[in-house]
Amino acid sequence: MVAPAEISLEIGAESEATLAPVKLSVEDLKISYGNTLALEGVSLQIRENEIFGIIGPANAGKTSFLKAINRMDLFTSGMKVEGEIRFNDRDIRRLNNVYALRRRIGVVFPLPVGLPMTVYDNVALAPRLRGIKSKRELDIIVERCLMRAALWDEVKDRLDALGSLLSGGQQQRLTIARALSQEPELLVLDEFSIAVDPVTTMRIEDVLKELRREMTIILVTNLVQQARRLADRTAFFLEGRCVEIGGTEDLFTGTVQDQQTHDYIEGRFG
Amino acid sequence: MGSNLFAATGLNRRNQRVQGLFHTLFGLMTLLLITPVLLILGMLLYKGGGMLSMDFLLTYPKDGMTAGGLLPALVGTIWLVSVALLVSVPIGVAAAIYLSEYAPNNWFTRIINLAIINLAGVPSIVHALFGVGAFVIFFGFGTSILAASLTLAIMTLPVVIVATRESLQAVPFAFREACWNMGATRWQTIRRVVLPNAVSGILTGIILEVSRTTGETAPVMFTGAVFFTPFLPQSVFDQTMAMSLHLFVVTTQVPGVPGELPFGVALVLIGMVLVMNSLSIAFRMYLRSRKKW
Amino acid sequence: MTVQAGARSAAADFDRRNADWYIDKLVQTLVFIGGISAIVFVLGIFVFVTKEGIGFIIDTIDFKEFFTSPYWEPSDEDAPEYGILALVAGTASVTGLAMVVAIPFSLGAAIFIGEFAGGKTREVLKVLVELLAAIPSVVWGFIGLTIMNPLIIEWFHVPVGLNVLNAGIILGLMAAPIMTSISEDALKAVPDRYREAAEAMGATRWQVIFKVVLPAAKNGLLGAVLLGVARGFGETMAVLMATGHSVNIPHSLFDSVRALTATIAAELGETAQGSDHYQALFTIGIFLFLITFLINLSADLIVRGIRKG
Repeated sequence: MVAPAEISLEIGAESEATLAPVKLSVEDLKISYGNTLALEGVSLQIRENEIFGIIGPANAGKTSFLKAINRMDLFTSGMKVEGEIRFNDRDIRRLNNVYALRRRIGVVFPLPVGLPMTVYDNVALAPRLRGIKSKRELDIIVERCLMRAALWDEVKDRLDALGSLLSGGQQQRLTIARALSQEPELLVLDEFSIAVDPVTTMRIEDVLKELRREMTIILVTNLVQQARRLADRTAFFLEGRCVEIGGTEDLFTGTVQDQQTHDYIEGRFG
Repeated sequence: MGSNLFAATGLNRRNQRVQGLFHTLFGLMTLLLITPVLLILGMLLYKGGGMLSMDFLLTYPKDGMTAGGLLPALVGTIWLVSVALLVSVPIGVAAAIYLSEYAPNNWFTRIINLAIINLAGVPSIVHALFGVGAFVIFFGFGTSILAASLTLAIMTLPVVIVATRESLQAVPFAFREACWNMGATRWQTIRRVVLPNAVSGILTGIILEVSRTTGETAPVMFTGAVFFTPFLPQSVFDQTMAMSLHLFVVTTQVPGVPGELPFGVALVLIGMVLVMNSLSIAFRMYLRSRKKW
Repeated sequence: MTVQAGARSAAADFDRRNADWYIDKLVQTLVFIGGISAIVFVLGIFVFVTKEGIGFIIDTIDFKEFFTSPYWEPSDEDAPEYGILALVAGTASVTGLAMVVAIPFSLGAAIFIGEFAGGKTREVLKVLVELLAAIPSVVWGFIGLTIMNPLIIEWFHVPVGLNVLNAGIILGLMAAPIMTSISEDALKAVPDRYREAAEAMGATRWQVIFKVVLPAAKNGLLGAVLLGVARGFGETMAVLMATGHSVNIPHSLFDSVRALTATIAAELGETAQGSDHYQALFTIGIFLFLITFLINLSADLIVRGIRKG
């Protein structure tokens, strides 16, 4: 296993030798819905095993960006994606089996979704789709994912409860468990803490810090402080453009290049 | 100075009276609409109840159909309905899955929907003509259960499609999105999440279709059902009697039928239909109470 | 697993189409076939009915006679006449009476169920309306023959009880449930805020209904009427059994008539395949198909906005 990437905290001063390989790279990305432009001219690189934060106000194009990454644009009518996106250095616009891509990317939405099956089946779904049939293996995976999602203690005695009937916060953690059950290379969390109470948010943040050793994490959040706590680097999206990317410490200690970034972080808008 | 601000004025009182009047009027209208069902059932029970017996259901007609039982008609109807189901359910469910899960929102999909509506609106005798022209003559099945059932299947296809599509669309979109994001294909999502939660709605539609098919006369009249045959059907290429046609026959085509016989036949037929419809309704209500999300 | 190995296996995976991929494509094709089946069948109906009747249209038909002559005598060996005017009058009169009966009652019932009735009552009423809709056509015809027939003779002192009145009432009862249901939907589609705004201005329940809700719902209500008419035009067994067997243009409610649908049902069995009479009956079928197609099309265009919204 590669040692955690040493991510340079200074913009521009990067040493190639110690950098982790690029997990996801995006070049001149442009997303539009019919005549409406959602995202334009976005170029960035996300390195392996880093926690990459994305902050910005609503309608900045963050969610469109996420949709393009795992090619969910194919399921969205009217959504047009242009530009280059590379995952593990493969152009994702040219895959024979796009489902393989999605299996490697776990997504957690803002709104919790507990599938209408037992908690066990919820978490066992992704492994089963991978072909794992042995109950013993599934048991292990289910327990591990539920523990990491900080949900195991609450459901371990009622794994046959319906996932769709759990409380909102539990459903959100169930969603996280499901994403983890994919054993993803890239974990994407889109404002996961909206439906979760602060204590559980803390627990999950601790888990994320552990998880980065095994996977790469993209954290979209409207809680600027959450980005500060967790992210190695953070991108600031505004009105369809990526305004700035910087080492998190830089962004938050004031060494930013763009006044808008500064204003957003200071809470002046958004 | 002492008048009560909120006391009813003359206008208020008149409005209340008119209101009450309309309430009663519309209530009466509704009642008038509904009572025929009850009256009809009552009348049928009264005049035809006497005919009901195991003999009636399980023996053959005799004496030129002025006496005896319903067996060949009952069995025939079961054959017709079963074969029709075998054909219409797979096609109907497939069509509904297409419309609900795959079809893009364009003019072609609109045409499909229009075709379904029109298929549902074609007069039953025109379906019979189609059945004769297509299945009896062109495909060469002759007058047979096969021709009649295929005609029935096409006629009741819209019922299955609409019921299935509605139950599929009742499953929230968020479930599908969650599965797709995990890398599941459309079919995997449908098979594991959407269909299992729509099956009950589909069953309701199927029961409804059975009830409709049982009562249809015109589509089977020239395509496979006959006034009388002394044999029970052995294969789909045989002709058969049918409950619906049998009622028509004993009411209008057979001389010397004692008064109660047609009432008995009508009672059994409407009994079958109403029982199945009630099953469908009851099932639907039961489902609504068992919320899974 | 090292990152490099992981990346490599991922790359391989992205290009490998597994069984699931192919199954998904297969299913996509199968359901598409199911999807177009409705179009195929509608076209098929038109094609096959026309095929059997085309001979009549090409060789024998005199369009003027067909549409304007009230004499339908296809079995007259010397001078067969194929005029459907009387048959159309039969269908139209019965359907017309049915609408006169059904429209007010179904509208009244829709208003009562939708605007006045509460919870439990509404459920029960809806179930009863649904059961009314389930009664098969042949049973209605049976009722017309055995129950309404003697009643009409007795109450109105006429010699024959199988006539426009009989079939019209029955057809009205048959069409009413579906008209009620669609009218209900149309009324329900009127946004609550219309009602609330009117009530806030002091209107009573009935004023709200007549002056606000009904006008707002008129498209859907029109659609309901059209569908009822289509039902009336297309109904076969009930009119066959309840209208009597006279081919003539009715002058009173108590005249016996013959409808287009009933004519086909009554005579097809006696014709020889391919004969003029046979083909003429199929031609009536084409005519019926086209008319109900048009009515259903317009009804759908009008109602579609309601049910979807």
